[in-house]
Parts: sequence; C-alpha cells; structure tokens
Amino acid sequence: MSAIYKRELRAYFTTGIGYVFCAVFLAITGFSFSMFTMQYSVGGNKMDLPMYFLIVILAMVVLLPLLTMKSFSEDKKLKTEQLILTSPISLTAMVCAKFFAAYTVFAGTLTVTSVYFLVISKFGEPTYSIIFGYFIGILLLGAAFTAVGIFISSLTENQLIAAVGTIAVLMIMIAASMLNSFIDSAVIRTVLSWISVYSRFSNFTYGLFDFAALAYYFSICFAFLFLTVRVYEKRRWE
Amino acid sequence: MIKVENLVKKYGNKYAVNDVSFTVGDREIVGFLGPNGAGKSTTMNILTGYLSSTSGTCEIDGHDILEDSNKAKSSVGYLPEIPPLYMDMTVKEYLNFVYDLKGCKLNRVKHIQEILNVVKIEDVYNRLIRNLSRGYRQRVGIAQALIGNPKVIILDEPTIGLDPKQIVEVRNLIRTLGRDHSVILSTHILSEVQAVCDRIVIINKGRVVADKPTDEIGEIYTGTRRLEAKICGNSKEVLNALRSLQGITRADALAEHDLDATTFVIESAPGVDIRKPLFNMLASKNMPLVGLTSLGMNLEDIFISLTNDPTKAPAKKSSGSKGSKGSNAKKTLGYSVKEKND
Repeated sequence: MSAIYKRELRAYFTTGIGYVFCAVFLAITGFSFSMFTMQYSVGGNKMDLPMYFLIVILAMVVLLPLLTMKSFSEDKKLKTEQLILTSPISLTAMVCAKFFAAYTVFAGTLTVTSVYFLVISKFGEPTYSIIFGYFIGILLLGAAFTAVGIFISSLTENQLIAAVGTIAVLMIMIAASMLNSFIDSAVIRTVLSWISVYSRFSNFTYGLFDFAALAYYFSICFAFLFLTVRVYEKRRWE
Repeated sequence: MIKVENLVKKYGNKYAVNDVSFTVGDREIVGFLGPNGAGKSTTMNILTGYLSSTSGTCEIDGHDILEDSNKAKSSVGYLPEIPPLYMDMTVKEYLNFVYDLKGCKLNRVKHIQEILNVVKIEDVYNRLIRNLSRGYRQRVGIAQALIGNPKVIILDEPTIGLDPKQIVEVRNLIRTLGRDHSVILSTHILSEVQAVCDRIVIINKGRVVADKPTDEIGEIYTGTRRLEAKICGNSKEVLNALRSLQGITRADALAEHDLDATTFVIESAPGVDIRKPLFNMLASKNMPLVGLTSLGMNLEDIFISLTNDPTKAPAKKSSGSKGSKGSNAKKTLGYSVKEKND
C-alpha cells in the first residue's frame, strides 16, 4: 500500500497538478481571507468567518476534482493498472492508497492556511474553538469530497469527464441542503438531507464537536471507497 | 508450475476463451501461438489475476489464482501487451516502485542491478521513461516482470513493435530466462515460438487446437512444401506446365511481375522434394527459373491442418487460376515464414 501511496503523492508534484492545486487553493483562500476578515474588520466590524469558510468549501468543490481526476482514469488509460492489479496487493489497499495520496495533498494545503489565523491572532482575539471547529469540519468534508472524486475517477478513463463529473456531483451535494427548503415531499427531503453534506457542517461552526456529523462523513467516505473497490471487482468478473 | 483446467471466459454471449486446459512445467518455455483475437491475452490476463474466468481453475505454483491470489500473484511476473510504464518516472524510480509494490524481500540494490544487467538497460537507468525508445520501454517492461525473481514469467507479445536486432536480443533474453523460470510467451509469429520455445500451445478462436513439443509442430510445418518461384515465359503456358508436373498439388500465379518473369506459388505433396524435377522440367521447356524461395506453412494453414477441416484444407482445393485465390494467397503471405533455402 505504501508503494502506491508514495508513487501517487510523488506524481502530484512531478506532473504539476499538485502545485496547481496548492497555488490556486492558497490564492483563493488567501484573497478571500484578506477580504472577509482583515479588510472587513477595519471598519469596526467583526470578521466574517462563515463567508470565508464558505469560499473555502466552494474552492474545494472546484479544485479537489483536480486531485482525484487522474487517480484511476490515468492508470486505466496507460494500462498501468495491469501492473497494480496483478501485484500481490488487495483492491482495498490500492483504493485506500490513492485516496490517502489525494487527501494528503489537500490536508497539507489546508494546514498551510492556518497561517492566516496566526496573523489574525497578532491583532485580535479570535474564538479559537470556532476556528478549530471549522478546520475539523473542512477536513471531514474534504475526505468525503475526495472519496466521491476517487469513485467517479474509477468509472472512466477520461480525466476530463472524471473532473467535470465530480464537480457536478459535489455541487449537487452542496446544493441539496439549499433545495431542501423548497420541497414539500417528506420522502424527497429525507433523501436530500442524506446527501446534503453541507447541512451536517453547522455544529462545527459553533465550535462544537459533533460525533453524528463525524460518523456521517466517515460513512460517506467509506461508502464511496467501498463502491470504488466494487467497481474494480465487477470489472474483473465482467 | 502452471496448471490451467477448463478455463472459460465469456463476454456476454461471446466466448473469448473456451475450455482451455494446459500445463507448464518447471523451467519450461511455452509459446502461446494464435492470430490476433484468438484469446491469448485474455488467457494471460486470467493467469495473472487481472481478469477472472467465467469457469475453470488456474493454479500457479500450487496456489489458486482466485482462492489464494496474493501468493499466486507473487509467483508471477507479467509483461502485458502494452508495458505498464509510468511515463513520469525514471527507470530507477519505476523499478524501485515495482520492487515495493511486489513486497520484494531480496537485497534491493543487488537485485535491481542484476536485472539491469540481464535486460541491458543500465545506460538508461536514470532517464525518464517517457524519453525512451520503444525497444527500451519494452525492456523496462521485461525488467519489471523480473523483479522479485518470480517462478513464472508471462510475456504477452514481447517482440511486437521491435526492430529485427531488438527482436533477436529479446529472444535471446527469453531463452536465458528459461534456465531459471517457467516462461509463457504469446505471439502470432510462428518462427518466434520455434526459435525459443520448448513447447507450443496453439490457440484459435478461444480453443486450444494443438499442444505439442516444438519439434512435432515442426513436422506439421514442413509437411507440405510451398515454394515461391519466379519463372520467365507466358504465364498461362508456365502454369499449365507446372500443373502437369507430377508431385505438384497446386500451382497459382500471383499478380507479381518482374520483367518477363511471373511469380508462382507451388505446393507439392508431402515428402516430395519438387525442386529438382521442377528445374529440369522448366529447363527442358525453355522456361528459365530466375528465383526460387521456399515458403513455410503459414499460421492459417496450420490451423486448418490442425483442426482437420477437409473442406478448407488448401491441399484438397482444386487448383485455380490467378484471381481471387491468387490474391488470397498473397494476403496470407504476410503471415508466412520464409525458410532458408537449403
């Protein structure tokens, strides 16, 4: 497993995708951070943390698929999957290795953004529990998004389709919570609330640690990684 | 070492592999011969655990590829039809990656160095795979299959796309590998298996049509003699003269002219060396023979003779004039193997 993990992680930075992800993610978050916290609070306002983290999440929707799009589709296209699938390594280990490689790049980049809050702490007294809650929430949300992207990547050998498909699915998952208020049918609302990753997020924003949400994000992760393994098992039997 | 029993692979209603059984002994080189689409790659993909069979079993070194897949897989080195190379890695990084991937326990530096020596890729060790030529990529692919010193090495069309010099090198390499490993290689080139293999398994349309030691296949191969002759003179007259000569079972003119000479494909009855009578007859009729090449039996003919389908056997066909049959013969020449004139 560690062999694939290391190779994938390395490949993010030899192909440049990793750098593009880091650069654009940090540019977007850095810009919005300065907009919604520092400049905004100059006039005596409190900094607008929810707005900042909403932009972080939107940036993830667009940028995380960059990390996951090539996870399986490239292996499929270059036939390198034949090497991996004929090695003495389980499908689960292969899927997990690719998931963790993508997730490491994301989590690493997110960790860099914590520097922003060090700057803030120089000039004011932010509520650390809320910031910490947001970070935990974002990390969990990122894991769920990565798992979705990994799954979609295993369905196609075209990286572009994988990326666009993932963006579309992630947008639907984000929008599900907003749609909820417009729908009367209880059944549809229940279904929507299940895929609505964003509505689970709210407790973290109060600085509370929500075990239900933690379990929810873990199960989303697990479900999509499990589906990815199944995709490979099914292909073998086809 | 390898035991395959009643292997079946169905894609929808189509059989890609249909009831294939064979065994490969320790340190044996077995050639898997068949035209494109015969089921060679599918069989190899099942053997290596990349695909699962619809039914049938497949054992490698005593381990079932499905039940005990990790142990079976670690006894196999596999070079698929398209070498599974990561273009963004150097040869060094790639081989080290495969070493880790296979969970190899041998001394890393020494083992990789040995493989580099065997496949002769030391000079490109630090280069990016994307910048390597076809021949080098193929050799890196073979190197990858050798990592972990597996007991079984499976090579899917290892010489395809290589130039003649590289083909000879790869064949020599395979022969060297056969000293310590069981090797299965697939190809659609008859002379290739004859050159390197101890045993030949011929597969066509998903079925094994022959499984024989190489020398026995050779007998079938030389059973019918096919000659390509360039003869000067009126092509109709020459053709009539050829057909009237005893021992010739078939003669066709090809639409290939060289000055005033026409090319003919002649088949003689088994066990008859037609060359001397042919020369004497042509000389007496003043039809100069300007070229004579002996053609091997082509793969298609071997299939026909092996599947014993008398309606399709070329020897039984009534000889026809040039036309559809002539062009047909020409087409199949691509597959035929030219023998040296003795």
